[in-house]
Amino acid sequence: MSNSKLFNSSLGKKYLMGLTGLLLISFLLVHAGINALIFMNDGGHQFELAAEFMGTNWVIRTMEIGLMLGLLAHIVDGLMLWFDNKKARPVYYAYTNAAANSKWYSRSMGLLGTLLLIFLIIHLRHFWVVSRFTDEITSGRETLFNEMKEVFVNPLVVVVYVLGCISLSYHLLHGFSSAFQSMGWTHKKYTPTVKSIGYVYSILIPLLFAAMPIAMHFGWIK
Amino acid sequence: MNLTLKVWRQKNTNAEGKLVTYQVKDISPDMSFLEMVDVLNEQLITKAEEPIAFDHDCREGICGMCSMYINGRPHGPKDRVTTCQLHMRSFKDGDTIVVEPWRAKAFPVIKDLTVDRSAFDRVIAAGGFISINTGNARDANSLPIGKEDADMAFDAAACIGCGACVAACKNASAMLFVSAKVSQLSLLPQGQPERYIRVKNMVAQMDEEGFGNCTNTGACEAECPKGISLSNIARMNRDFLVANVVSNS
Repeated sequence: MSNSKLFNSSLGKKYLMGLTGLLLISFLLVHAGINALIFMNDGGHQFELAAEFMGTNWVIRTMEIGLMLGLLAHIVDGLMLWFDNKKARPVYYAYTNAAANSKWYSRSMGLLGTLLLIFLIIHLRHFWVVSRFTDEITSGRETLFNEMKEVFVNPLVVVVYVLGCISLSYHLLHGFSSAFQSMGWTHKKYTPTVKSIGYVYSILIPLLFAAMPIAMHFGWIK
Repeated sequence: MNLTLKVWRQKNTNAEGKLVTYQVKDISPDMSFLEMVDVLNEQLITKAEEPIAFDHDCREGICGMCSMYINGRPHGPKDRVTTCQLHMRSFKDGDTIVVEPWRAKAFPVIKDLTVDRSAFDRVIAAGGFISINTGNARDANSLPIGKEDADMAFDAAACIGCGACVAACKNASAMLFVSAKVSQLSLLPQGQPERYIRVKNMVAQMDEEGFGNCTNTGACEAECPKGISLSNIARMNRDFLVANVVSNS
C-alpha cells in the first residue's frame, strides 16, 4: 500500500487526527506556561520577556508555521471524517439512548471543535494578529500585557473566553487519551497513567487559561 | 404484562419504512424478547397481516443473528446479552418499546428488522484466515503460546459477528468487529506469516464497505454482547501502522 493510500484509509485519517491533536496539546502546555507568567504580578515584565523571545526567535517562528499547518490539518481532517461518518449512516435511528453507552463529549468532538474554532478566530484576532501583523507591539506603542488588560475589560469577552476554555476542557477530556488509542499506543502498564495525565491536563490547563481573563478583568493582576 | 410496541416495518430494501404501533397482552415476564415477537407475529398471522421479519437462529446467545435495536440500544437495555437472552422481566408492565433494525449504509435493510450483514463476511474473506498449511492437528502442548496471549486471542475470538458494535457506533464503524478478527490471529503464532498483509486487506475491505471511522467513544465495547475490548482496536491501529510504515508485506 502506498502512502497516499495510507492517508486515505480510515485509520490513516485517524493517525493524522491523533498526531496533530498531540502537537496542539504540546503547544497548549507552552502557551499556558508562558501566559501564566502574568501571575507573577510584576507588571507583566517576565511575561513580556518570554513573549518577545517567542515572537523573535527564528526557531520558534518556524515552529509556529508548523503549528498553524498542524491546526489546519486537524480541522480539515476532522471535517473529512465528519463527512465520511455522516455517509456511513444515511438513515438515522428514530430513537437512541446513546448516554447508556458513551460520554456526551466523546460523541461531540466535532461540535466542541467547531466551538473552539469560533473561539480561536476571536482569540487570534485579539492577540496574534495584533502582535504579528501590525507594528503595535514592535514599535513599542503597545505591550501584549496592556493589550490583555484592555481586551478583558469587556465582561462579554471574559465570558466568551471562559466558554472557550470549557469547550477546550471537554475536547481534551476525550481527545488526549483518544489520540493514544488511535495511534495504537496502548499498554496494560502505561495506559492508565496516560489516561490519568489526560484527565488532569484537560482540567488544569483550561482552568489556568480561564483564570487569566477573569483575573485581568477584576484587576487582580498588577 | 401488557406492552405497546413500535416496530420498524419496511417492505424491502428500497421501500420507505415507518414505525408501526402494536399492542401485546398477557406476555410472561419469563419470555425472551424474541418469544414476545413470536407472540405478536402469531397475532398478526391470525389477523391475516404480514408478520414482522426478524433474524434469529440459535436463541442461546452464540450465533449473533438476532439484530434488534431496542429502546435506543442494540440488543436492548441489558449489558452483555443478545436479543434472545433478553427477557421481558427487563421491562415494566405498560412500557412502550421501540424496535428498529441495525442502521448503517453497509447493512442495508432487507425487510423490517432484518439487515444484510454480508459486508462482515467480505471483510473476513479479505484476510481473516490463515492460508499456510498447518498439517494435522498437533498436540496442543507442542506449540508454546503464553497464557496471556492465548487468553487475549480467545477473548477476541469470542466475537459472534452480530454487528451490535456497528449499530451502537455513532459513525456506524466496524472497528471493533474487524479488530477482533485481526487480533484473534495476530496474537497467535499461526497468524504471524500473514499478520501485516491481513490487517491491510481487512481494513481496505472495511473502508470499501462504507463503514464509518472510529471516534473512540467506547459505545461498541459497552454494547458488545461478548464484551470485546477496545484494546483490540488499539492493536489493529498499531498493526496497520507497522504494516504501512515498516513491514515489507
